[in-house]
Amino acid sequence: MSALLSVSGLEAFYGRAHILFEVALEVGRGEVVALLGRNGAGKSTTLKAIVGLLADTRGERRFDGRDIARLAPYRIAQAGLGYVPEERRIFTDLTVMENLEVGRQPPREGAPAWTPEKLFALFPNLAEMRDRPGGRMSGGEQQMLTIARTLMGNPRAILLDEPSEGLAPVIVEQMAVTIAALKDEGMTVLLSEQNLYFARALADRAYVIEGGRIRYQGTMAELMADEAVRQAYLTV
Amino acid sequence: MTDPAFLLIQFLNGLASASNLFLIACGLSIIFGVTRIVNFAHGSFYMLGAYFAFTLADHMMPALGDAVGFWLAIPLAAVGVGLFAVLVELVLLRRIYRSHELFQLLATFGVVLIVQDLVPAVWGPEELFGPRAPGFTSFVTILGFRFPEYQLVLIAAGPLVLGALWLLFNRTRWGTLVRAATQDREMVGALGVNQAILFTGVLFLGGLLAGLAGALQLPVEPANPFMDIHVIAEAFVVTVVGGMGSVLGAFLAALIIAELQAFGILVFPEVTLVLPFLVMALVLVWRPWGLLGRPEAATGHGFAGDRPLRPLGTPGQLAAAALIVVLLLLPLVLGDYAEKLALEVFVFALFAFSLNFIMGAGGMVSFGHAAYFGLGAYGAALAVKQLGLAMLPALVAAPLLAGLGALAFGWFVVRLSGVYLAMLTLAFAQIAWSTAFQWVELTGGDNGMIGIWPSAWASNVTVYYYLTLLLCGAATAFLWRASFAPFGYTLRAGRDSPLRCDAIGIDVKRHQWLGFALAGTCAGIAGGVFVFSKGNVDPGALSIPTSVDGLVMVLLGGIQTLTGPLLGAAAFHLLEAYVLPLTDYWRALVGLVILLLVVAFPQGLAGFLRDLIERRGASA
Repeated sequence: MSALLSVSGLEAFYGRAHILFEVALEVGRGEVVALLGRNGAGKSTTLKAIVGLLADTRGERRFDGRDIARLAPYRIAQAGLGYVPEERRIFTDLTVMENLEVGRQPPREGAPAWTPEKLFALFPNLAEMRDRPGGRMSGGEQQMLTIARTLMGNPRAILLDEPSEGLAPVIVEQMAVTIAALKDEGMTVLLSEQNLYFARALADRAYVIEGGRIRYQGTMAELMADEAVRQAYLTV
Repeated sequence: MTDPAFLLIQFLNGLASASNLFLIACGLSIIFGVTRIVNFAHGSFYMLGAYFAFTLADHMMPALGDAVGFWLAIPLAAVGVGLFAVLVELVLLRRIYRSHELFQLLATFGVVLIVQDLVPAVWGPEELFGPRAPGFTSFVTILGFRFPEYQLVLIAAGPLVLGALWLLFNRTRWGTLVRAATQDREMVGALGVNQAILFTGVLFLGGLLAGLAGALQLPVEPANPFMDIHVIAEAFVVTVVGGMGSVLGAFLAALIIAELQAFGILVFPEVTLVLPFLVMALVLVWRPWGLLGRPEAATGHGFAGDRPLRPLGTPGQLAAAALIVVLLLLPLVLGDYAEKLALEVFVFALFAFSLNFIMGAGGMVSFGHAAYFGLGAYGAALAVKQLGLAMLPALVAAPLLAGLGALAFGWFVVRLSGVYLAMLTLAFAQIAWSTAFQWVELTGGDNGMIGIWPSAWASNVTVYYYLTLLLCGAATAFLWRASFAPFGYTLRAGRDSPLRCDAIGIDVKRHQWLGFALAGTCAGIAGGVFVFSKGNVDPGALSIPTSVDGLVMVLLGGIQTLTGPLLGAAAFHLLEAYVLPLTDYWRALVGLVILLLVVAFPQGLAGFLRDLIERRGASA
């Protein structure tokens, strides 16, 4: 089976600083893959490079058979690859409905067609605050909204950057349930995480990144069995 | 004076000019919100609106009848300006969205210069009186006062446009996208929205509104080639006071400033030009992001090819020594005119160098450095004319006045950052300019002061050449040295990471303040020396174009280098002296030079040469 998203030889730079080195990864259709690593390992940089948000990158990126390495971020999004940023980046002046409107794209063949109503079924607390400005929501609510907003683009796959970061444990649990529900609908997900236990509950496979290089790849079960890798790259 | 009916009339007049200000400023604010570009050319859009309306009305009123012709000409003129703004976006702005804000400001100023030469070439230099607005040519009587009907149209225009914009921004998808992009345009792009559509659309809207303001003004004020600069300064004030990016803020600010002016003129007529800028300074100290603005997200645009300053190596020191010898020997081979030109180059080199000191090392983009050059010039001139002092004490007065001005203005300036800082420096320069312009008894107003010549012992051009070389050279050397003193390192540290500096116990603002005052003082020396070489001074020394000249010199030479501003000043002044007299379109020429620099050579002459040398070094 050919991968929906494949990355190889990815290099990224911030000014003169070289951040990513020959990063390669693949995500198959309907798969949930975790990109694990400590703070500063290069997880967010990898995701940003894939969706075209970094000025200085090299290497191959293909999505759904298309070369996306040279595309502007909006074209990558229009190709069906959604991105949920770590910092959430909610439009704080805009209401929940308006935030969703910004994310709205035409329905796409072979991907679920989302509407605000369907999203409210998935994120029940958002339904109660349709007209609330994004700036007056809790961190967990903003995290739900940022995912919902990206889903409004009817993506074939989404990149989730540390969805559990900074959230209360009960919200983290809700988040896991939500992502599991997306997976059941057939959504393809690449998930960056520090929280191994959150990832374990969701992901089929994992890559481990450290110092801007992929150090390990395997199924989630293999990683959980490999104490040495976890010690070397994941425990703090 | 205190007749309530009269006060009401004055209030209504204030409302009419508030509408006009709002129409201009809201477009400026919307454009800034999405593109993050401070659009100097907005005044040009306004001016073109008036001229387009004149021409359209001139053709359409005979053809379609007065009423239909006129009331069709106004919106058509606005649309025409909107299309012109789209052209500016497609040809120019699109190339510089990722550039440093200084380059963006300068580029749009380049457009201003080109339009300034284009307008008289097309419509002639005279004022063009437009027709009166059909249907509103008469007066209404309000409490016994006659009030022009057309003023009521203008009063209504502001709130109507505000309402229309509210609907556009809150009831359409495009408006929602614009509001989202005002906050985080990158995220909007990552969600699949083509930003080009937003940017082009926003320029169309902003141009349309400015054009509408200009067109609506035609029955009140003749179209003339100076409308642009006059209006842009006030529009900046309104935009900044309201909070850049906020339409409602622009409305409130326009209301406050127009009413203050309407009543200020009754109490203290001399203050009308200064008043808006005073309001702006006070508001920014109280609310650094304007009334309804929000803190600017750090854009993190560095200057092209940012790299640390390095002290001169041995070859550099030898070259500097050789340059000094050449400059000392120059009078032996130069004639009087060339000597004079050379000493003016020294003056502008110091001016540019001091500007680069606050921008390069201090990281503060000043759009009003002419204030300190001009204060120096006026300080020297006033010392001679009002105090009867001789040249040398007058040359002490020059940096003194400039330094005090820089200390006072700088205290406010260093409290801000980025675009707001640049706008505040501009406001202070306008305060200085307005004062020189309106305080006729002291400064001679628009005519300035004449007959300020060097003392007898220095009246020989060669003597004055050496005096200039000594003073400007010493001040330049001092600033150069300061760049590598601990003070200079501290300034640069504060520029690159203010938070970290604060954390290790450095008072960044105090250092910036001192740096600003030092640079102002040195610019004052340049201004003082300049007066005695010209023999006169006028408000032009403090004006926006003089500030821009300084910026162009720095940019031409290459920012973030120390030799650049000196090289740039020489190149610019010689260009001005030899090339510009050859053409009637010198402003357009300067404008084109600016555009070329910003788009093609952002690293400037010195940076270009350095890159060339380094590339050769690398390939060898």
